[in-house]
Amino acid sequence: MNKDMMLGSEAVALGVKLSRPKVVSAYPITPQTHIIERLSEMVDSGELDASFIRVESELSAISAVLGASQAGVRAFTATSSHGLALMHEVLHWIAGSRLPVVLVNANRAIGSPWNIWTDQTDSMSQRDLGWMQVYCETAQEALDTVLQAFYVAEKVLLPIMVMIDGFILSHTLEEVIIPSQKQADAFLPIYEPEYFLDVDNPLSFGNAAKGDVFYYLREDMQHSMEASFGVIREAHNKFDEIFGRKYDIVERYYLDDAEIVFVIAGALTGTIRVAVDKLRALGIKAGLLKIRYFRPFPSDIVKNLLKSKEHVVVLNRSVSFGSAGQLAQEIKNALYYEPSKPKIYDYILSLGGKDVFVEDVVNLAKNVGNLKTSKILWRE
Amino acid sequence: MDFREVTNIEYMNQGDFACPGCGAGLSMRHALKVLGDNTVIVMPASCWSIISGVFPTAALQVPLMHVPFATAAAVASGVKNAFRKKGQEDVNVVCWAGDGGTFDIGLQALSGAAERKEDIIYVCYDNEAYMNTGIQRSSATPPGAWTTTTPTGNPLIYEKKDMFNIVVSHNPAYVATSTIAYPDDFYQKFEKAKNAKGFRFIHLLSACPPGWRIDSKDSVKAMRLAVESGVFVLMEKEQGKPVKVTYKPKGLVPVREYLLFQGRYKHLNEDTVNEIQIMINEHLMSLGLL
Repeated sequence: MNKDMMLGSEAVALGVKLSRPKVVSAYPITPQTHIIERLSEMVDSGELDASFIRVESELSAISAVLGASQAGVRAFTATSSHGLALMHEVLHWIAGSRLPVVLVNANRAIGSPWNIWTDQTDSMSQRDLGWMQVYCETAQEALDTVLQAFYVAEKVLLPIMVMIDGFILSHTLEEVIIPSQKQADAFLPIYEPEYFLDVDNPLSFGNAAKGDVFYYLREDMQHSMEASFGVIREAHNKFDEIFGRKYDIVERYYLDDAEIVFVIAGALTGTIRVAVDKLRALGIKAGLLKIRYFRPFPSDIVKNLLKSKEHVVVLNRSVSFGSAGQLAQEIKNALYYEPSKPKIYDYILSLGGKDVFVEDVVNLAKNVGNLKTSKILWRE
Repeated sequence: MDFREVTNIEYMNQGDFACPGCGAGLSMRHALKVLGDNTVIVMPASCWSIISGVFPTAALQVPLMHVPFATAAAVASGVKNAFRKKGQEDVNVVCWAGDGGTFDIGLQALSGAAERKEDIIYVCYDNEAYMNTGIQRSSATPPGAWTTTTPTGNPLIYEKKDMFNIVVSHNPAYVATSTIAYPDDFYQKFEKAKNAKGFRFIHLLSACPPGWRIDSKDSVKAMRLAVESGVFVLMEKEQGKPVKVTYKPKGLVPVREYLLFQGRYKHLNEDTVNEIQIMINEHLMSLGLL
């Protein structure tokens, strides 16, 4: 088995290379830049047979990817934070066009004030677009998820945003098993879309549509999101067969008998795993539910796993001001119709890269009896 | 050129949504006769977003993709690179944008694509304001013109942005101005653009009867008067060659004749008309036409 030490961002670039996109377009932004630097090297050396379009903004990066995808080829871009915000309008357009673009976002805070550190508000602010969203914990998971993302997107015909936490994952060296191109090709079929810009079959894409048609198209996006769980499972099963690594829509850690459950998405999951181990050693029945797919949100799975629990502490790395942590909103939503449900705590764990230590989480669990469910909880 | 050689094939269907007398509709019809069916159109928000038809109708016989306002040149870059990777290098990838999508909101993407020497043709049909939203000023609106956001006239210090020279400064393969009111000039320039490789830009003056406050039958007359008065100069620049004026009016028509038959200039007094004439004269002198 071929292994190497690499940064999370390099693992992403490797996953992209193995997916054989024909067009990559990107604009530099910390902490995503390593991804496109590595991809530029791969294109220039001929390792990756793609066009790399070095655009003048993220708005143009996502626009070039829109054009490439509409022309019928596999297309990729990566960004972060302000860059993702600048892409917003075109992100909508890509989803509405049902184009299977894959984007990797290195989660980073959005100013003001300036802050380059990790924070999931950037991608959470883009949750309502019609893009699928996956949050990754490790470099291996990031690499593998890029491959899976193309597989799923191209079957569901919705774009996918893959998240890696800035610095914590993008800039951290981890051991990564390197898949072979042969394995990747066995997993990911050649992209052959049904509809694309074709001079032999001229079609107009995006012509104005009145309410009845527009409503139907949007309803269909929702149906596709709901039906995508089957495709995601299919992708995970095929991935396991070929690569021997198992993935699921959510991940459980000491969850079955847990009385206190932490819910989290992204790279801080690793820290919470250590906290759970410590709590278990202290005799406290703690467990962890890691959310991989945030869009579509796996409400039924979450409901069944959490409905009989006593305490659910949702650890948000983002906040919707005036409402709640976005992850907590989803957990509450999933459990709303259950006659008996756990106490759900909406805890803002970290924003803008504020450090999180294992002890913070251990103390949170020890103190769970004193926590309030009525409002957002902030750290001291 | 010999108009008997112009194809009888129509790439634009009947029953489009253009207003009577629309210069943009006429321009597309003839541009496609030159470009042919090996062409893909990328269209940002503009009057043409509507002219092209409402689902399930479509006005064009070539592939078309609608795109957000600021993105045309970047989307076209992606389309062209994709075609290249598919071995279809010869497809004409054409941006078809209004003045707002070119002079204003799309300028950054346009500059990026021109600087990268993307192999695309960018056509701006310039009707000198945001006409689709109901006649609001753009940076292509000429000094003095009435719009709904310049109700007393566009300030004279707002000189119309010099798009030709902005694009020329990127040293692209081909840059031209033209108007369908001079079909000979129009056809030759689209032919040149089609046959060149690299970034190509054609700036079309395109009359808008509702926005210019003229009768729809006077659309071609307005475009001709713009040229005959020197308000709009027909010229081109091929890479490595100097700027060439392609049509020199025989005896310039006074600017007042162009201005005062249009409702959008009706409010102008004698002094303002004279000031505009001086501005036009200065521009013509800089081109050696006066």
